[in-house]
Amino acid sequence: MEYVSLLMVFAVAAGVAGALMGIPLLIAPKRTSPAKQAPFECGKDPVAVAEGRFAIKFSTIAIFFIIFDIELLFVWPWATIYRTLGWFGFVEMMVFLGVLMLGFLYIWKKRGLEWE
Amino acid sequence: MTDAVDAFVAGFIVLSAVVGVVTYVTLLERKFAARMQSRIGPYRVGPHGLLQPIADALKLLMKEDIVPRLADRVVYNLAPIVFLIPGMLIFATIPFAPGLGVADLNIGILFFLAVSAMEIVGLFMAGWGSNNKYALLSAMRAVNQIISYDLPFIFTALVPVLLAGSLRLSDIATAQAGLWFVFYPVIGQLAFAAFIITTLAAENRVPFDILEAESELVAGFRVEYSGMKFALIQLGEYAHMVGTSFLGALLFLGAWAGPGPAWLGPVWFLLKAMGVFLLVTWVRWSFVRIRVDQILAISWKLLLPLSLLLLMATALVVVLRSGPGV
Repeated sequence: MEYVSLLMVFAVAAGVAGALMGIPLLIAPKRTSPAKQAPFECGKDPVAVAEGRFAIKFSTIAIFFIIFDIELLFVWPWATIYRTLGWFGFVEMMVFLGVLMLGFLYIWKKRGLEWE
Repeated sequence: MTDAVDAFVAGFIVLSAVVGVVTYVTLLERKFAARMQSRIGPYRVGPHGLLQPIADALKLLMKEDIVPRLADRVVYNLAPIVFLIPGMLIFATIPFAPGLGVADLNIGILFFLAVSAMEIVGLFMAGWGSNNKYALLSAMRAVNQIISYDLPFIFTALVPVLLAGSLRLSDIATAQAGLWFVFYPVIGQLAFAAFIITTLAAENRVPFDILEAESELVAGFRVEYSGMKFALIQLGEYAHMVGTSFLGALLFLGAWAGPGPAWLGPVWFLLKAMGVFLLVTWVRWSFVRIRVDQILAISWKLLLPLSLLLLMATALVVVLRSGPGV
């Protein structure tokens, strides 16, 4: 039931955003010219179009993020029932996070975190 | 059927309130920034400039909508909506007082963080669809930065979860009836400081605003947007920021706890959230922008290990206080 409410909020938000984007079609002026439609480049003529080639560093950071994000998936349920687990839960999670930290130190040592 | 209608009405009321608050938060920020710089700020529209946000909204509504020739039209036009929806949806999970909210999920905080991270999809769509070099560079930087700071953000958000023992946001709020988590010895202050830093980065505020760095990337990923689409992106950004301020007030500042009768609860909550927002604004006008390699170093080499250690320390404290075998 709670998720129906969320779906409703989603629908209302999308509807309001769509309506707000529709209003200017009715009341805003529409006088286009080639200069207006050119890509913005601080008043100069555009030199080349944007292309999809980027430094590999962006992808490496994204891969590190995915590794950690998946590990975090196991921390959420642990944090919720932590009180009922007691010392057992503490030791188990310390082992898990310890192994994770070893991998992190390896990345660090291999200079994977340097931006150069 | 009536439940669905109720949900629709509740959602509509919350969204209207959010749009109202967010619109006036822009005025609050401009006034606050002006005062910090010994200026007056908006003053001409209405008494003390109080009608300024409405004037801005009307002006943007009537502006011509320019679509660049080379833009990917579908992605370009869809991006403001995709960017705005997560900013609105996060408010649906926040309980503004006991029992007052759209949906008090049992995974509230997880849902909040998951949805609020979805804003990078809209952001990247805006940067990619514009087909502009500045916009694309800015979008790449933004994704890089936001995912880097998401990890420490989640670790610090887990500290109150551990202390309260629940993912439900209203449970976390009621767990602070005796002691606000920000006053929890040592752990609370460190977690709150880390939360503020990661919030600054996740909201792309100074000193972490390389993605819109005016001197190099003009206006960043929204450089090609004009009129109402620009307004929607701004609205989404501020909604996201106000939502995160509410989360900060809820996780660390005791949410609706405060002196006076119970109906004052939402007022206290709003005041605390605005306090967090003004703290973020204060930082904005006090620091300079830092470089991209410094931003990544702060996140990966400093905040990530430290927030992990903080989580471990919190776990130790909780297990020591609740006794063995409990």
